[in-house]
Amino acid sequence: MRFALEKRDSKSRKMTVLVPIASLLLSFLLGAIVLTLSKANPIQTYVAMFKGAFGSQSKIQFTLVKTVPLLLCGLAVGIAFRLKFWNIGAEGQYVSGVIGITWVMQFWTFLPHWLVLPVGIVVGVLFGAIWGGIPGVLKAQWSVDETLATLMMNYIIIGYAEYLYINAWKAPRGNMGTVRYPEYAWLPRIWGRVHAGVFFALILVAILWFVLYKTRWGFELNMIGKNQKAARCQGVSIKKNIILAMLISGGIAGLAGVIDSAAVTHQLTKGVNGGYGFTGIIIAWMSGLNPIASIFVAILMAALDTGSDALQITLKLPSAMGEVLQGLILIPLLAGSIFTEYKLLVLGKHKESSK
Amino acid sequence: MNWIDFMTKLLAATLAMGTSLTYATLGEVYTEKTGILNLGMEGTMLMGALTGFATAFATGNLLLAIIVSMLVGAFFSLMHAFLCITMRANQVVSGLAITMLGTGLANFLGQRLGPASNTYNLCGMNLESKFNNIAIPALSKIPILGALFDVSLLTYALYLLIPFAWFFMYKTKHGMVVRAVGENPRTAAAMGISVSKIRYIYTVIGGMFAGLGGACLSLSFTPSWNDGMTGGKGWIVIALVIFATWNPGRVVIGTLIFGGITSLQFSLQAAGFKMVIPTQFLAFSPYLITLVVLTAMTIINQKKKGSFASPAALGTSFAIDDK
Amino acid sequence: MHEIETDDTPVVRMVGITKHFPGVLANNNVDLTLHRGEVLALLGENGAGKSTLMNMLVGLYRPDSGEIFINGKLAEIHSPQDSMALGIGMIHQEFMLVGNMTVAENIILGMKDLPFVPPLADIKKNITELSKHYGLQVYPDKIIQDLSVGEQQRVEILKLLYRGAEILILDEPTAVLTPGESRDLNEILKKMLAEGKSAIFITHKMDEVMEFSHTVQVLRRGTSVNVCPTSSIKRVQDLARMMVGRDILFSLDRGAYEPGEVMLEAKNLVMQSVGTNKYILDNVSFTLRGGEILGVAGVAGNGQQQLTEALTGLMHVNSGQVLIRGKDYTNKTPLQIIRSGVSHIPADRGRMGVVGDMSVGDNLSMKKYRTSELSDHSVIKRSWVRLFAERLIETFTIKTPSQDTSVKFLSGGNIQKTILAREIDSCGGILIAVYPSRGLDVGATEAVRQNLIKQRDKGNAVFLVSEELEELLMVADKVAVMFEGRIMDIVDVKDAKTEELGMLMAGVERGSI
Repeated sequence: MRFALEKRDSKSRKMTVLVPIASLLLSFLLGAIVLTLSKANPIQTYVAMFKGAFGSQSKIQFTLVKTVPLLLCGLAVGIAFRLKFWNIGAEGQYVSGVIGITWVMQFWTFLPHWLVLPVGIVVGVLFGAIWGGIPGVLKAQWSVDETLATLMMNYIIIGYAEYLYINAWKAPRGNMGTVRYPEYAWLPRIWGRVHAGVFFALILVAILWFVLYKTRWGFELNMIGKNQKAARCQGVSIKKNIILAMLISGGIAGLAGVIDSAAVTHQLTKGVNGGYGFTGIIIAWMSGLNPIASIFVAILMAALDTGSDALQITLKLPSAMGEVLQGLILIPLLAGSIFTEYKLLVLGKHKESSK
Repeated sequence: MNWIDFMTKLLAATLAMGTSLTYATLGEVYTEKTGILNLGMEGTMLMGALTGFATAFATGNLLLAIIVSMLVGAFFSLMHAFLCITMRANQVVSGLAITMLGTGLANFLGQRLGPASNTYNLCGMNLESKFNNIAIPALSKIPILGALFDVSLLTYALYLLIPFAWFFMYKTKHGMVVRAVGENPRTAAAMGISVSKIRYIYTVIGGMFAGLGGACLSLSFTPSWNDGMTGGKGWIVIALVIFATWNPGRVVIGTLIFGGITSLQFSLQAAGFKMVIPTQFLAFSPYLITLVVLTAMTIINQKKKGSFASPAALGTSFAIDDK
Repeated sequence: MHEIETDDTPVVRMVGITKHFPGVLANNNVDLTLHRGEVLALLGENGAGKSTLMNMLVGLYRPDSGEIFINGKLAEIHSPQDSMALGIGMIHQEFMLVGNMTVAENIILGMKDLPFVPPLADIKKNITELSKHYGLQVYPDKIIQDLSVGEQQRVEILKLLYRGAEILILDEPTAVLTPGESRDLNEILKKMLAEGKSAIFITHKMDEVMEFSHTVQVLRRGTSVNVCPTSSIKRVQDLARMMVGRDILFSLDRGAYEPGEVMLEAKNLVMQSVGTNKYILDNVSFTLRGGEILGVAGVAGNGQQQLTEALTGLMHVNSGQVLIRGKDYTNKTPLQIIRSGVSHIPADRGRMGVVGDMSVGDNLSMKKYRTSELSDHSVIKRSWVRLFAERLIETFTIKTPSQDTSVKFLSGGNIQKTILAREIDSCGGILIAVYPSRGLDVGATEAVRQNLIKQRDKGNAVFLVSEELEELLMVADKVAVMFEGRIMDIVDVKDAKTEELGMLMAGVERGSI
């Protein structure tokens, strides 16, 4: 018996929904195997993870707090991916945003108190935009490979941030970390630990959805992503749009960093590169680059994070289980996405000409 | 401390640091040369480091440890190959998935595979047997260059492997096939080469070398296991491949320079020098240099097509029926 | 019934070959027979299934059903290696060469019985000997990407000879060659045939059939419609009729030629290729008036496509001027040129003309989405788009299940009608069409041509690039002939003679005849 793939006559809508859900289930199944092999009870573990993520009000709040930067990073990556610009630099753009707001918080002391936070946000977003814009310009101007460029830029800015919080901007006390942001410039909380950043994220989802699906610019991005040459023939400027999209993508990733530091960490310190940018890639991919679907995927990823943190305490299991599951989801998802475009044919013996 | 002494130590440290990078980079060069970009290096190396260490810890057999780490590396890159080649998935996302899974799994298992008596399991344990440096009597006494002859077996093996990898790529029929598949898969297919098969083979070989590179860390460089002990070396590997312009012979230049930069931080500190450049700048300089090299290469290649170009089909999937 | 009667076993016999691609029946129950020392011309329009049939013979595709016999024996051809082992070699339209490898490496690439380290010195010697024997000059150490197209083709031929191919398949080998190179190729072929080799020659040019072949087989829409000895063909028109399945139209309804004001003008356009500084466009000048169709003739690859890309802003020129209604539009962006009223039907409709993964409706609105006809400021009005698309689908009789269907699922003709509808609807006076009827069936071709003439009759200026002289003579008012980046001459169609245009296309200056 042989198998063959045949291109479908049209993209299967059923599969686009079915595949991510099946992937999720499959990843939990695979995770269960890993757990069993390492002598842990999978059901007990998953229950503990669920409880850790949603078990009480404060746990839900924790999960939501994590959701915000993840969602923003997912949106950021999604915009670039729409153009088939493989921006894997959201991590660096995030850090760049944190550096931007920290700079304002630390040194722009001449500003009136009420202005510090808004200015900090704007500057942070700009920093992120610049860090995203550079590989955009490199690609648009000289077609420098964006995957490699954004990857390198992650580690440049992470190293630079380390220099700042260990050397240049280090607070007088302690051996790392900048001075805490002034309390009047913190992003306010709205429900327990949940902060106003949730509004930023949701408003952005709405804006992006509208822009991407309803406006001329969204139409242009769609054209470029699906056929760059044809888009150019139709008078759409590829260079301008790549740079613009990367400025926005970087800006949103920067906003993620800005919000998380203004609302949660209140400083630039070790752990600023928490992997949100990389997880953002999974979120963008799993949601099919759809901003609204991103919300749910981001919550799921955040829950895996907070849920696995709880494992360490409740079951003495390594919290890395969350990361294992995040990686495991992607694998069947990637393998399965082919079925939206192709269908599997089982070739019977009659097709094998006389053997 | 006199400068000869300092340089000898620096070279020794560079070789120790560079060994792991060189193995993994050689592997990734071959993978990318067939057109497959494997961003799963970081995860694969970490899994290699863990499984190599765990095997050595349990059995004390270093050869077995190496073999296990290579098999695990092969398994992880096989997943990447399956996703990208058979299932035609996006190579960037697939590589990231492999890294995420590998890192997560290594850190998870690192706390499950070791003795239950230790709170952190394998973390922080040391090996009884490890790859020690073997000094060649007379040669190792040469000032500075003597460091080349006082290294572990893993490094000695590279002295043969690097020239061979270059020879294999540019002088043998197999190397020719590798280059053709990455440059023009359609032509390769028309010449009767199975593009998928070649890509599978070299992606898996690349993963084996990554696993071995990881094992170098946990069996020789810092013979121990710690969460995330590769510390981003898998990403440096991606940078080094560009720096080597996809030529296995040039891999060694990059690993020496970047291994040297990293070692320099420690050597200078150990020698009690006041640092003029902050250590963090040294730490990210490889990435900065790579970005500059990448940009310069791309621009030069547009002006005049030269031998610096990346494999033309890098990152693209291939099926003969695609028109 | 088509068999030629000969005693010896045919070297190739394909029986009942059928091959499907998604949505296309590429070959339907095709038989083919080739004898030793014979040249078989496989004739057919673009998309008739010639290349597909040959790709099955060399093992790139597998037939869905049917059998292949080589030298009388049933052959299982699973891969190009199998076919090579049987002595079959193919020169593809798009050369199968690795650009950054040497000639010698390309020639031995993928050979099975090579030692681990190929002895390159011996191999190069053999290549040089072989090349001398056939008069094919190549240097084994040269890198492919530094060679001219003609040289690359020589490498392709040598590659087959080096592997001992006895049956050669050539897929439109002369399409990319200059007349001189074509003559050389002819000599080489004759030499190989004299040694007992056989060849299948894919083409859609009838003169080549007459010149090169012993037997001609005609494919139409995947089916073999005729096989006969070339000598039995009395009139070329008979072949043409077999190929397209009807008499070629000789005239279309058109209004009187009343040229208006100058719409598009090119003055001394020069374009050089990056790196080599070769002239792609060499001092090109012309004027195009309203109510006029200027045809551009020439063998593909003589700068026609680059000229249109310079006119539409997709490529930059090094010097010279493009004037649209007297205003300078040299090296302006595609959008500025679109806004000046230029519509463009690009050469490669799948890659440049449409976005395959977007719907028919979206593709139809790709010029006007930015106008107030389809959007309110920045927001595209879906309901307006639907009505607009509905109207165009009806006017241009585009056959599609619905306007929401992705364009890539339509037939070539309907894809072209989609482009035509969009470009004509948004046309602001100048229409640039490049190979608009390439690979289309008869009905679609006629529709395209009539639409072009309709634009001219409305007073618009039409710039038509075509590789078919017949089409140009039928549709255009004036014909410019391009050769190696130059315009050899511009002639009025009513005074034009086919032979004369053919000479110009081959680069023979008018005075020198």
